[in-house]
Amino acid sequence: MNEKDELILLNSWASPFGARVRIAMAEKGINQYELREEDLFSMSPLLLKMNPVHRKVPVLIHNGKPICESMNIVQYIDEVAVFNGKPALLPPDPYSRSKARFWADFIDQKVYGTMRKITRNRGEEQVRAKEELIETLKVLERELGEKPYFGGEFGFVDIALVPFYSRFYAVETLGNFRIEAECPKLVAWARRCLLKETVSNSLPDPLKVYEWVLYVNDKFGIKQN
Amino acid sequence: MESQEVKLLGFWVSPFVHRVEWALKLKGVPYEYIEEDIFNKSPLLLELNPVHKKVPVLVHNQKVLAESFVILEYIDENWKQCPLLPQDPYDRAKARFWAKFAEEKILSDGAWRAARAKGDNREKALGSTIEALEKIEGELKGKGKFFGGESIGYLDLALGWISYMLPVWEDVGSIKIMDPTRFPATAAWMSEFVNHPAVKDSLPPRDKMIIYFEKRLKELEI
Repeated sequence: MNEKDELILLNSWASPFGARVRIAMAEKGINQYELREEDLFSMSPLLLKMNPVHRKVPVLIHNGKPICESMNIVQYIDEVAVFNGKPALLPPDPYSRSKARFWADFIDQKVYGTMRKITRNRGEEQVRAKEELIETLKVLERELGEKPYFGGEFGFVDIALVPFYSRFYAVETLGNFRIEAECPKLVAWARRCLLKETVSNSLPDPLKVYEWVLYVNDKFGIKQN
Repeated sequence: MESQEVKLLGFWVSPFVHRVEWALKLKGVPYEYIEEDIFNKSPLLLELNPVHKKVPVLVHNQKVLAESFVILEYIDENWKQCPLLPQDPYDRAKARFWAKFAEEKILSDGAWRAARAKGDNREKALGSTIEALEKIEGELKGKGKFFGGESIGYLDLALGWISYMLPVWEDVGSIKIMDPTRFPATAAWMSEFVNHPAVKDSLPPRDKMIIYFEKRLKELEI
């Protein structure tokens, strides 16, 4: 990858999946790319052409060729952008790589869907979703242990998880609970990540995310209370 | 040199386990297979995969791995012969993309759901499964014997279950998904796949699968 390459990232400012890619790009020192904001309620022809299967962001378009699915894009960037003494996002040995992929997959399976259940439901369903989320975050906390970051150094799994921190405020407010009370080490980890410019520059304001969640709920006719 | 001790915890009818076995066979990696009863999980399984409590679990010289796609990538990176993923990063990204797509849209929420569902839910599940299969058909057109060309690879292993398990689900659930006239490339690929030396003699017997899935259908009706 070099300066002549054309890079376009189709994104939506509130998307945690898009944030993953933005963090990865920054970590790899890739700053020369076009960031295009998509309106998910009125998708651009380019998005529909580049991701006809899922019609979702993020999509990275590299010299006209699309790469879809956030952790897929992160792996791709890690594989093609090898320069400037910038860190590898995945560790070099196969076993450590497989552990990183396992935890990224776990996060993909367990975090976003549960958060959405909390913000979109009330009553029994919301209670169950809250329990599920706390259980998931506790498993992740145990995996983190005493390490500063999941892989020891900041990398693949941290990138997979930290964007969801921007959503904590929305989930806590609509769910009426505090994640830090149950998972203090995980919240400490998130704050540690936010000290990195690559992360803080890529994550949206939690308050704006909360307003966005309310807006989307409203559009889907979900009552707030 | 490190001794290569490989164990695989599996369940005889699990397509997630089969794909790991094919990968090991293709690479010529000897392994010890340990059958698990997933309806009565052993302390060993629960100890090795406490997070998901599922098979397959691969144990390589004390290193424990779970989740079939994660295991496939590990096998590919650790044993270099007979590469499964393409060399080019863009082609690798595409292979990973389609594997995940098929897993979500044709396997988990697709064909098995359609087999179990009734009425409107069945129509809906069938429709979306067939739509997903059309995309896979598109990916196979003009490719050669397999998704990556002439050699079997990662995406073939990811979708291989279609070639022998989908027909069983169609039978048991009285649904028709794989119409060879509508999906000629997929039909041809299925035939290549089941006849591949690494696959041929390792598939579970069809009659045993029929009995198993008939029972599961009754238990899991939606």
